[in-house]
Amino acid sequence: MIKVSGLTKDYGARRAVHNLNFDAQQGEIVGFLGPNGAGKTTTMRILTGYMPPTDGEAIVAGYDVVEESLEVRKRVGYLPETVPLYNDMVVFDYLKFMGELRHLPNVDDRAGEALEMVGLTDRASGYIGNLSKGMRQRVGLAQALLHRPEVLILDEPTIGLDPGQVVEVRELIREIGKERTVLLSTHILHEAQNICDRVLIINKGKIVAEDTTENLQARLLGAERVIVRVRGEWDELADTVKEIKGVRKVETHEDGAVEFEFASGKDLRPEVAKHVIKSGYDLLELRPLGLSLEEIFLELTGNDVKKK
Amino acid sequence: MKTIWTIAKREYDNYFNSPLAYVIAFAILLPMGIYFALIMWFSAQQAFYGGAPAPDSTPLNWLFAFLMIFLSPALTMRLLSDEARMGTLELLLTSPVRDFELVAGKWLGAMMFIFSILLMTLIYPIIMNNFVTPGIDWILVLSSYIGLVLVCSAMLALGVGISAIFTNQFAAFFVTLGLFFFLWFMIGLPAGYLPEGGGILNYLSLSTHFSENMNFGSIQLGDIAYYLSLTALGLFTGTTAIEIRRWR
Repeated sequence: MIKVSGLTKDYGARRAVHNLNFDAQQGEIVGFLGPNGAGKTTTMRILTGYMPPTDGEAIVAGYDVVEESLEVRKRVGYLPETVPLYNDMVVFDYLKFMGELRHLPNVDDRAGEALEMVGLTDRASGYIGNLSKGMRQRVGLAQALLHRPEVLILDEPTIGLDPGQVVEVRELIREIGKERTVLLSTHILHEAQNICDRVLIINKGKIVAEDTTENLQARLLGAERVIVRVRGEWDELADTVKEIKGVRKVETHEDGAVEFEFASGKDLRPEVAKHVIKSGYDLLELRPLGLSLEEIFLELTGNDVKKK
Repeated sequence: MKTIWTIAKREYDNYFNSPLAYVIAFAILLPMGIYFALIMWFSAQQAFYGGAPAPDSTPLNWLFAFLMIFLSPALTMRLLSDEARMGTLELLLTSPVRDFELVAGKWLGAMMFIFSILLMTLIYPIIMNNFVTPGIDWILVLSSYIGLVLVCSAMLALGVGISAIFTNQFAAFFVTLGLFFFLWFMIGLPAGYLPEGGGILNYLSLSTHFSENMNFGSIQLGDIAYYLSLTALGLFTGTTAIEIRRWR
């Protein structure tokens, strides 16, 4: 349960977050999607009580982040982007320390439980300084989960993890998100689609779009733009493909693949494939091109996508 | 209170993980040991040539306080500046910990470390007591140690406060060292040359309350108030610096 209204944060003369409004319900995973420097971390730091906003209001877990900061901090689990940890501490002792700061009962059990959730039980007695980046990330996550918080705020939770771990962590977040409120930030579009119920796209401190993942997905994966690759030269063929109704050639890539665009809402992939085969060529690849995050931003901020 | 204790305990354990703490303990205990041996040797010589005043251990405690001018900044320099540099401050400031609890916990951790070393130095008056008939003046020793704890309390609090201001631990070290140098040696100097009002400067000196009063068995409210005020000032500075960090 996060409710943000009119949130603004200035760093000196620079406005990092500009009049942000959004909310997140219990049992919902909300993704904060945006390029670096968009204001994601700043917003999260305000929500976790690390710094006060310049203007506006934020209610987290039922308490105001400025007026009742301590109450908010008791109920929020936070994984900062840089995953700050004490390198000279043993993993288990570190979690115990963080648990004691929160006055948790049975700290030992809680620390063990959190380690099990992130799959680090076998490294409990190792020094944090000796852990790999992915493991550090998981220790940070264990710290955020330690007190079974109502609200979980995760800043780039999967960055630096190897693919297998990414899948595990996403699975974990999805599991947690069933009962609690999760706000996570990412600049990986695929990740936002994968875990979040709802996505907020933020750019230059402003929310430029807010949508459910399904809608966003449709927008991104609508096969309106495809890459086609065949064996051999095919300049002539490309010209004839273009003649299929609703298909427009966009450009020929350096490696010989050709990019086509379909009239909106139509999926003409079968037609294109049939045409290539009928003309006697070997079809090597026919792949839909989702819009990239940059393109979505440009589109959302009202600029045309200009190809280089 | 429990939070302060948790932070203090971690900091105390942490001292024993770092070589710096051992170096500091060494730099205190070695000169004190040599000084102790010299005092004992000198007294024994005098006793041999007929009659000597009973040796007392207070000069040792003066040496301890003197060494703290240089060593306590090293104990406190990284307490908060390092948290800021490593980013772990973000972790602490988003935990349900009040800014004051954080600063006080760091100070208490450093106090506990110094207290451990102080306990070790108790060996000197105990040995001395065994060589002197009818024994040394334990009330004087007590007064001296109370004074020493107060001096350390003030120094460590100021050190923690300054550490909260900086992100670089060496900046914190040199500013703290400069402040102690000024408060110990320099602030009282003009007192002798001023026609009036020099007493205030003398009162502000970090050394007089200990070196001239408590280390001679005189415990006065003014002296205690002085050191406790400095402790409060240090902790307040630290808390304010952390708060300012949040708003920046």
